[in-house]
Amino acid sequence: MKLEEHAAKAVVLRPAGAPVGNSRLCATPEEVADAVREIGPSVVKAQVPTGKRGKAGGIKGADTPEEGAEVARKILGMTIGGDVVERVLVEEKAEIAREFYAAVLIDVVNRSPLVLFSTEGGMDIEEVAAERPDAIRRHVVDVLEGFGEAEARAMLKGLGLGAAEDGVAKLLAQLYAIFRERDAELVEINPLAELKDGRVMALDCKFVGDDASRDRQPEIAAAATPDRQTELEKRGAEAGLKFIQLDGNVGLLANGAGLTMTTMDVVNHFGGRPANFLEIGGEAYTKAEIALDLVLSNPGVKSLVVNFCGAFARTDVMAEGVVKAWEALKPDVPVFFSIHGTGEDEAVELVRSRLGIEPYDLMEDAVKAAVEAAQ
Amino acid sequence: MIYRSGQRVLVQGITGKQGTFWAQKMMETGTKVVAGVNPKRAGETHLGVPVYGTAVEATKSTPCDVSVIFVPPVLARDAIVDAIDAGIATVVVLTEHIPAQHVLEIHARAKRAGCRIVGPNTAGIVTPGEGFVGIMPGHNPNIFQPGHVGVISRSGSLGTLICLNLTRAKLGQSAFIGIGGDPMIGTTTRDALEALDRDDRTHAIAMVGEIGGTMEEAAAEYAAGMKKPIAAFIAGRSSPPDKKMGHAGAIVTGGKGGYASKREALERAGVKVVDTPHEIALALADVYA
Repeated sequence: MKLEEHAAKAVVLRPAGAPVGNSRLCATPEEVADAVREIGPSVVKAQVPTGKRGKAGGIKGADTPEEGAEVARKILGMTIGGDVVERVLVEEKAEIAREFYAAVLIDVVNRSPLVLFSTEGGMDIEEVAAERPDAIRRHVVDVLEGFGEAEARAMLKGLGLGAAEDGVAKLLAQLYAIFRERDAELVEINPLAELKDGRVMALDCKFVGDDASRDRQPEIAAAATPDRQTELEKRGAEAGLKFIQLDGNVGLLANGAGLTMTTMDVVNHFGGRPANFLEIGGEAYTKAEIALDLVLSNPGVKSLVVNFCGAFARTDVMAEGVVKAWEALKPDVPVFFSIHGTGEDEAVELVRSRLGIEPYDLMEDAVKAAVEAAQ
Repeated sequence: MIYRSGQRVLVQGITGKQGTFWAQKMMETGTKVVAGVNPKRAGETHLGVPVYGTAVEATKSTPCDVSVIFVPPVLARDAIVDAIDAGIATVVVLTEHIPAQHVLEIHARAKRAGCRIVGPNTAGIVTPGEGFVGIMPGHNPNIFQPGHVGVISRSGSLGTLICLNLTRAKLGQSAFIGIGGDPMIGTTTRDALEALDRDDRTHAIAMVGEIGGTMEEAAAEYAAGMKKPIAAFIAGRSSPPDKKMGHAGAIVTGGKGGYASKREALERAGVKVVDTPHEIALALADVYA
């Protein structure tokens, strides 16, 4: 779940009391002009789920309503990182003294939260890490101890933040609280500005929420940018299936993430191109019927591999779903099976007796046959 | 993280459909299931073993070495913390989609208590001829046979296929360690590799990795100093970037976690990296020939 800047500020930062500028979300040049009239000198920012908006020309200043309308005409409708700009955020222009970077994220290797702060704001943190590692402070948090202003101050020591130190320490503690309470994978402020009057302010915000916490965070789920999905991918998601549409011609149906990725790899290995990723492992193994319908609805599919290796998933249940769907849909593409593991004997017998097809012993052979048939 | 016969297993969530099915399979395979947990069914007997309200209660009268978690995502943290509080040495977490903030807490508590977490999102551990803990077909002799190849896998389905191929090639297994498909797991590829290196019955290793993260690279550092031969297959070579490939941990993002880096690190460490799953068995058969 990713939030665009305006949503991250409204849904996450403001409720936590973090300092953000006065702003309005607008969809037309007229609305932008009104907003500038109300707010005063402003910055007009494209709202898209990708970074590097500034470089793409998606962020411009506007001192008057007329200027606001003019830059809005330029920015609205632009394409940035594949996304068309439909809305802009009009935000009060900040009098910036210095720019910093602050983030709290999951450190996968340490299995801990990681707080990051850098005096080099506005830049990509990876670049700073490579060029000026001394400008970055890192604090691996013991989640049972937590992270507050005292820890933040200790972390900032010696960076010469001066009057901004209090504000920065407070903000870091707020970001950590947001990270924990709002189920974040990442909450990042770049740039974090020190203003000429000594206050600090979050000029931008990137928020990535944990997909497994969707039900716990309905407000974030509702505000999140929807994933770019094809019609078939949407249908898959509605059925609770992880379906990714690809541009190849060999359709795949397998159980388990590892085996499904592997089936794609083996298709490639034999010179073919997979048409999809679709796994029906875990609790989804009972959904073979709808899964097959999805795979066959993909117009590029010229042949099909069904590769089951049952551990948790029962291959007899999956095979029954496939056989039923096959009999109902009567597709005219050739299908190649490889079935092993839990329920194997029943599954193989089912495919033999109902479809008259002999499953291959090795998945490699089934895939090879499917690749050849697709050509 | 290697199951040994006689180790006493607690099944948290034993009365559920999957808990019941797999506890029974574990028992049939020789696994010593001694008790179960369900807060609403304390005091009952299920599959011939006592059911307790918590793991802490269970271990007061029934000592356990391993606990296995058949508990849905929102309740999993409390169940795992209960197992840690009960002082159980190893907790096998099958649950997928546990909120990441809960996973952080689980690992922090396990670290303090000196508890070994396997998973989350693992299919379990199997020691052919001794028993298994989890949702693997440990009871199926076509897939698992006792022998000397140690298998490490992030995936249950692919790990099953690899073991099946090994068994057909007359290469039995000393242990199967399912480490799990989540990004933050308690037992990493390297941890499992070290355990198999120390295990006398393991003569060679099959490593089944996936794109995403840096676990294979970390394992390669250790593998470079090992004498036991290792063959590896890494799934996800042809996966598009920025998409989670079913497992939350299997994602190439910002140019990190990709196939090439893993293959290169493993090959530099002297690991034989193969292109299809079947070739793992062929590569290890060569070693024994």
